[in-house]
Amino acid sequence: MSIELVDVHKSFGTKHILRGFSLSVPEGDTTALVGFSGAGKSVTLKHIVGLLEPDSGTVRVDDKDVPSLTREELYELRLQFGYVFQFAALFDSMTIAENLAMGLEKQGGHSADDIRIRVAESLELVELDGFEDRLPSELSGGQRKRAGLARAIAFRPKYLLYDEPTSGLDPVTTTVIDRLILKMKKELGVTSLVITHDMKSAYQVSDRIAMLYEGRVLEEGTPDEIRDSQNKIVRGFVEGKPELVDAGTEGGEKKI
Amino acid sequence: MTGTRPFAVIGRGVLDFFASLGRFGGFLAATFSALSDIRTWGPLLITQMRRLGVDSLPIALFLSIFTGIVLALQASYTFTGAIPLYFVGTLVGKTMILELGPVLTGLALSGRVGANIAAQLGTMRVSEQIDALETLAYNPFSYLVVPRVLAGLVMFPIIVIFANALGIASGWITAINMLDMSTQEFIRGLRLFYVPFDITYSLIKTTSFGFVITIVGSFQGFTTEGGAEGVGVATTRAVVVSSMLILVLDAFWAVVLL
Repeated sequence: MSIELVDVHKSFGTKHILRGFSLSVPEGDTTALVGFSGAGKSVTLKHIVGLLEPDSGTVRVDDKDVPSLTREELYELRLQFGYVFQFAALFDSMTIAENLAMGLEKQGGHSADDIRIRVAESLELVELDGFEDRLPSELSGGQRKRAGLARAIAFRPKYLLYDEPTSGLDPVTTTVIDRLILKMKKELGVTSLVITHDMKSAYQVSDRIAMLYEGRVLEEGTPDEIRDSQNKIVRGFVEGKPELVDAGTEGGEKKI
Repeated sequence: MTGTRPFAVIGRGVLDFFASLGRFGGFLAATFSALSDIRTWGPLLITQMRRLGVDSLPIALFLSIFTGIVLALQASYTFTGAIPLYFVGTLVGKTMILELGPVLTGLALSGRVGANIAAQLGTMRVSEQIDALETLAYNPFSYLVVPRVLAGLVMFPIIVIFANALGIASGWITAINMLDMSTQEFIRGLRLFYVPFDITYSLIKTTSFGFVITIVGSFQGFTTEGGAEGVGVATTRAVVVSSMLILVLDAFWAVVLL
């Protein structure tokens, strides 16, 4: 397994977010992690790249225990990851080309010409050719997400982590982003973990889907298995039916 | 129950204070350890020296011009009929160099530079740009904090040298034009109690103010939580805390060095 989380617990103050969370992301696959807003999906991603440390449990990438890595080892590991942030998180004082060059410069071994070519190639992959000299503030929401994706793939990482790549986008732009996720897998061969609560996107882009509920994975399977799940909470979530979720909790804590 | 509430509030306040102090200690340690990462902060230093230093010169010089004028006029008002007027030069020089040059410039820069750093880094924190830096394998302390702190340490003393000089010059121009004093008299007063240590004292103070303003601004920016409101809170805190620390340091250096 390339990315593996085992029995991870994480609390913020009195809020126990992850409660024995376990998930494996097979190499070469795209796995979607779905769940309600505030369920801890982004927290999970941040554990994988060491932005957060678990209170207990194991986070392993390529058999390396992430929390026990030194700062240098962690930075080396992070260059294996492209991280697509929910709101792109582009550096707003830099042009798009400068944003994309950041990872390449950190990786080292690239001449200025190499960097320029790689930036252009990455922008072409996300269909933003010629946007090199624009500032993030000059882009639309969808273009910013694509520029964020271009920055994540510019240094050709082994893994891509997507944090809500389609949230807040119109249906057409959502489809464009979904197609880009599939294109990244096909053309770059990356292993991906996609955080989303958009089931249409999850079905379209993923090989496997895991549903996060109350801090742990409630159900995991292929898109078809999740679509046909008999679990009321899973069905309520994927079909968008709160009454099914309520029935599934059987008087437990309401999540919606 | 109501009787214990004040103690609970005080207790919580004390705990919060020490927790915040602990976080600041960790922040300082991370900043010092990032000093060795010169490949990251080196190329950014000149830009920050221009932004925090050169761009702050106009406000510092504006303040010092009017401070010099007021000092000369107030000295004359106080001394007339009792103390020889050439002491106006003494008072303008000593007060500008020892106190008003560094402190007024420090307070002005805590508003301009400290607030700017806190707002910029706070916005980067809440928009996940600092996390993005981390995921691109950059140490955010090397990239964001160290160049700003070093720029403050280098540039603030330079700004204050200019501010002191301009304040004294404006006091001199006021004296010869409005106080019926000659240039010779003003310079006589200026040199009367001057010792080279005055400049050293002024620069030591200013360097410490530069450190406080940039490190407090960076800390507040880094620890920003929430959205726009959080950035506003961080910015206000940066100005208030650094202004208070400037006054505390001002007293500290007076006790230690004078």
